[in-house]
Amino acid sequence: MRIFKQVTRFDFLGKRRGAWMLSAVLLAASIGSLGVRGLNFGIDFTGGTLVELEYLQSADPVAVRSTLKEAGIEDAIVQYFGTSRDILVRLPVSADKAASEQSSDVVSALRIAAGETLTEGAQGGLQQCTATGGGVKDCQVQMRRVEFVGPQVGGELTEKGGLAMLYALIGILIYVAFRFEWRFAVGAVIALVHDVLITLGVFSVLAIEFSLPVLAAVLAVIGYSLNDTIVVFDRIRDNFRKMRKGSVLQIMNRSVNETLPRTVLTSVTTLLVVLTLLLAGGEIIKGFAIALLIGVLIGTYSSIFVASPAVLVLGISREDMLPVAKEGAEAEGDSAP
Amino acid sequence: MRNHTPWWKWLIIAVFIVPGAFYALPNIFGDDPGIQLRGARGGSLGAEQFQQVQTALDEVGLAYDSISLDDSGIRIRFGTTDAQLQARDMLEARLPTGYTIALTLLPAAPQWLSNAGALPMYLGLDLRGGVHFLLEVDMATAQRRAEDRYVADLRSTLREAKIRYRGVARDGSGGIKITLRSADAVEEALKTIRKELPGLVVNADDTGSDEVLSANLAETEIDQLFKFALEQNVTALRNRVDELGVAEPVVQRQGDRRIVVQLPGVQDTARAKRILGRTATLEMMMVDEEHSLEAALGGKVPPGSKIYRFRDERPILLEKRVIYSGENIVDAAASIDTQSGGPIASITLDAIGARINQKVTGKNIGKRMAVLYIENRSTIRTDADGLPMKDDQGRVMRTQHRIEEVITAPVIRDQLGKRFQIEGLDSVDEARDLALMLRAGSLAAPVEIIEERTVGPSLGQANINQGFRSVMVGFILVLIFMMIYYRVFGLFANVALALNLVLIVAVLSVLQATLTLPGVAGIVLTVGMAVDANVLIFERIREEIQNGSTPQASIHTGYQRALSTIVDANITTLIAAIVLFNFGTGPIKGFAVTLSIGIITSMFTAIVVTRALVNYLYGGKRVKSLAI
Repeated sequence: MRIFKQVTRFDFLGKRRGAWMLSAVLLAASIGSLGVRGLNFGIDFTGGTLVELEYLQSADPVAVRSTLKEAGIEDAIVQYFGTSRDILVRLPVSADKAASEQSSDVVSALRIAAGETLTEGAQGGLQQCTATGGGVKDCQVQMRRVEFVGPQVGGELTEKGGLAMLYALIGILIYVAFRFEWRFAVGAVIALVHDVLITLGVFSVLAIEFSLPVLAAVLAVIGYSLNDTIVVFDRIRDNFRKMRKGSVLQIMNRSVNETLPRTVLTSVTTLLVVLTLLLAGGEIIKGFAIALLIGVLIGTYSSIFVASPAVLVLGISREDMLPVAKEGAEAEGDSAP
Repeated sequence: MRNHTPWWKWLIIAVFIVPGAFYALPNIFGDDPGIQLRGARGGSLGAEQFQQVQTALDEVGLAYDSISLDDSGIRIRFGTTDAQLQARDMLEARLPTGYTIALTLLPAAPQWLSNAGALPMYLGLDLRGGVHFLLEVDMATAQRRAEDRYVADLRSTLREAKIRYRGVARDGSGGIKITLRSADAVEEALKTIRKELPGLVVNADDTGSDEVLSANLAETEIDQLFKFALEQNVTALRNRVDELGVAEPVVQRQGDRRIVVQLPGVQDTARAKRILGRTATLEMMMVDEEHSLEAALGGKVPPGSKIYRFRDERPILLEKRVIYSGENIVDAAASIDTQSGGPIASITLDAIGARINQKVTGKNIGKRMAVLYIENRSTIRTDADGLPMKDDQGRVMRTQHRIEEVITAPVIRDQLGKRFQIEGLDSVDEARDLALMLRAGSLAAPVEIIEERTVGPSLGQANINQGFRSVMVGFILVLIFMMIYYRVFGLFANVALALNLVLIVAVLSVLQATLTLPGVAGIVLTVGMAVDANVLIFERIREEIQNGSTPQASIHTGYQRALSTIVDANITTLIAAIVLFNFGTGPIKGFAVTLSIGIITSMFTAIVVTRALVNYLYGGKRVKSLAI
């Protein structure tokens, strides 16, 4: 089976201005949104407390909130998480030293309200509670997850996360410059920054929570998008050496077209698994999968419409790609319109 | 011959695949409920204890599947969780102190696999459930306390050197200010302090008047102090974690001021926090040698004295008056005595401790001084038969105890001061344990929980299920797609992909790297991206065929020319993964690990394995067309 019967002849690079308009709009919207709305940082970055609970019967966030208030826990944000039995309680970061105690207080307050206390049970099953009337049974309130991040940690992560991206980009810049040529390295990094900004932009516009796994996904997107770009670059380098005729624009166009089936195919297989993660991976992995989904789509687009045109505009010429400059006849063909 | 795989390449493939399959094998067996017993405070269990446990189990007639003893302790395997819980309560009640009893899940893989070192993957807390704490040692307080000690030291040093001073006090902005009576004594004071207290950097204060000196902790002293505060807390936390009954607890320093505590399977986080936050203390007391121990044991305890016990239950009569406490111990370390060659524990006291020590030991040469370790902990209440008592709601009842153990009671040989040694220890190990205990009891810098991640057992299981399902669904979708798109070659790619999964699992199992939920996501992502190498190769082969090459030449050129592209593309992804690893905390690291492993193994399977298969089917014969 094939997508394209033979090598396509799309004029991808000729259409670069149109693509750049699109990119410019997306980038402007992303940067604008990042500047105005910012990212909806999760507690990994802001600090705070998060408690996920599962009720055996359906739960009522309003009742949960008032129970917590009675127990002296103010400012709790209570909402459903996934189903009507799952409850997510969020507490803002508190300067109080006992901030780490808050999560335990939440769970025990809700259990007291449900008339039960935790008892030690076996591993792997539901948590066992003792009811006030006596007898051990499955807890009405099941503690599924607690995350508490102190303000010290949150601030560090934001800084470290930014640095991680910077290091990844620098490492890649060096490797590509070493293996290809500096214009390719710059082209690749432009495409990566483009992908990262737009992915972050979508998270900002849709106000999807930006957590630590999402950051990991964004870094994986850098890896993926680069993978795509490198394959195209590799073909460009190959064709520069192989094809005697044709302008730089034509050679690049041909290279992008030749690698097009592969670009599409790998995107398809990757999207297959990313969609699987999104649909079957559960709530915690959702943000991660969304970031990958956006990133894979944008990364595929950018390796065709952003990376190679950037190299072209940076003024790559045939001699730049030859091991030793030896022939000069048709070497000036880089002055693309 | 073209497209022939030499025997040594087959050998290489076998060398990776066969052990890969072997080490991946333990993962398909699942877990059994079990109990793990370890020696308390890092002690080891031997044949004697093994016998004791076995007897205890047999006496009650509890059925268990198997029981084994190894370096990590005694493991007992049960058929049901009910039996496991019963046995835990029973063992806690019957066994003497000195055991740490923990519920755990034991891998159900056959013994010969674990004997050969093949263990299942090590699951992170987000998959198995449990508590992760990150604690930060309050170094500011540690430093303030050190400065307080130095203030006392400075006063006594100056007094001894007969240098008159108006005041020595900690400065609000950090450091110590020393105000002398007159500026004439400055030179001498500087000289004396530099000689006696090398841990201080002392200078004439340039802001105030001439007779004022300012002292700060030396860089090395601060480093030492922080290191010490961290170690001390790690030791203390290890001891307390023991009591929680956790099978595989992790207490580890992270960076220069943080400690990671991981407690798999723990559900009651409130109790865990309570126990971790507790402090132990040490008290030094004189042994009462005027009165007879026998008489005291017989009920005639003299007023002012009390019977205490060593950890091995030996009784000893101590005078109740506390001479000085663990707060006064600045450092304790194990070493070898240069003269006798025997193991010793050397102890350093602060100024207050030193002064008291000097006074008391001077008067009591030849007598014994005891070190008492005090900690509050809870134990299970037992009835007359030694079985655990339950309240009317069926809960095991616990009582709060004040644990008081005499660590050591050496004879005072000489008048002691700031630094002294405890000799006559049996082994270097004993010296080290003693030093640890002395330090653990002394007042460590306080710790604070700055991060908590707890995953309940049901969510852990749900995460495993969802992760497994994602891997399977993603895998099958890619298999179907590749089959349809590349026919026979797709089949080869699929074989490679399946082997890749096996290899990833095998490498994770061998490294015992922590598999987290993002790690599972990394595996899923790898499944999608790993076929990229095959797509690159196959598309090249198709191009070659289209250009009119023969099938054999197309295969050859296709593999050859795709290689450098694959390597370039994968190395750049690897760079991103390595950055991720270095940056990452727990779960993110897991993602970076599986992604990196997946990239490396996929290069092997997608290039080498598929090539061997292609060669096997097409190589060395006349082929009209390829099923690609």
